[in-house]
Amino acid sequence: MVDFSASHQRTSSASDYVALLKPRVMSLVVFTGLVGYVAAPGAGDWVLGFAAIFAIAVAAGASGALNMWFDSDIDQVMTRTRTRPIPSGRVDREEALMLGLTLSALSVVTMQLAAGLLAAGLLAFTIFFYAVVYTMWLKRSTPQNIVIGGLAGALPPAIAWAAKTDSLTLEPMLLVAIIFFWTPPHFWALSLLQKNDYAAAKVPMLPVTHGARATRVQIFAYSLLLAPLAFAPVFTGLGGMIYAIVSALGGAFFVFLAFRVLRSNAGEGVAVEDKQARNLFAYSILYLFALFAVILAERGFA
Amino acid sequence: MSEPVVLKPEELKARKRRNLWLAWSIVAFVLLVFAVTVSKMQALSLLGISQ
Repeated sequence: MVDFSASHQRTSSASDYVALLKPRVMSLVVFTGLVGYVAAPGAGDWVLGFAAIFAIAVAAGASGALNMWFDSDIDQVMTRTRTRPIPSGRVDREEALMLGLTLSALSVVTMQLAAGLLAAGLLAFTIFFYAVVYTMWLKRSTPQNIVIGGLAGALPPAIAWAAKTDSLTLEPMLLVAIIFFWTPPHFWALSLLQKNDYAAAKVPMLPVTHGARATRVQIFAYSLLLAPLAFAPVFTGLGGMIYAIVSALGGAFFVFLAFRVLRSNAGEGVAVEDKQARNLFAYSILYLFALFAVILAERGFA
Repeated sequence: MSEPVVLKPEELKARKRRNLWLAWSIVAFVLLVFAVTVSKMQALSLLGISQ
């Protein structure tokens, strides 16, 4: 039963509920999904394409709401998440749960209507994987949480591809793999900066369980895997000449920044030493965006 | 029996705003389903499945 007695909850606005959907994560998912849809073969139908991308966006929002419902105890402790709608008292926990479940169902039904069983099934699996496997299980139990859990954030291009073609081939799986191997260095760079927060919330992030040094080594190792992998679409024809250049130069710079993180003392508790991790974190967002933007441009205007 | 909750004017205003957002969201969803249905029917019609 929803306790709607507190005055601050009675004055909550629509934007508080939108905040439950993690709009920034949603925008990344919409972008990668859009690239998956545009890159997939065939002309497609713009109404069905819009509906499919919309369903992916709503599913991402639903997953965010379910995550905030389950993790409100952690969010209360961490500085970065303390102002979220539930810990700040603007939205009730049960409301977040209901919103998450309702939007999950609506997104899968919409995908089924617009695209079919394969895309709808993948979408349902993604919500389940993020909300149950990652949020409820992995996040609190293993330092590999964001590695395995990263699959949920990586799947949208494949879902969109499946929505357009009703099939899955090597190419969408390459897009998934790029995001999957991008996630650990991206998140671990952030977690080096927020090690104490994660420790206070008892979340077993790698810097907390294995220390900053081991995290820096892992970041570098994953960057060595990511850079060549991100070049692979050139060999399948998914990426063209511009992609080859952006991927090669961008990947080399990613490895360079990861190497600087490796050589630094980031995450050791000295603020000035965190600069290299901050640089890598910021660049990683630009890097992923650039890779997908080039595919969008090359395939969209081909 | 519990006391009925008497909402303050700003709480009533907030509730009305939330309800309006919800109403527009439902309208948007209905329109989306309509558009998807029309698109699918057109696609099937082009394939000659409906005949």
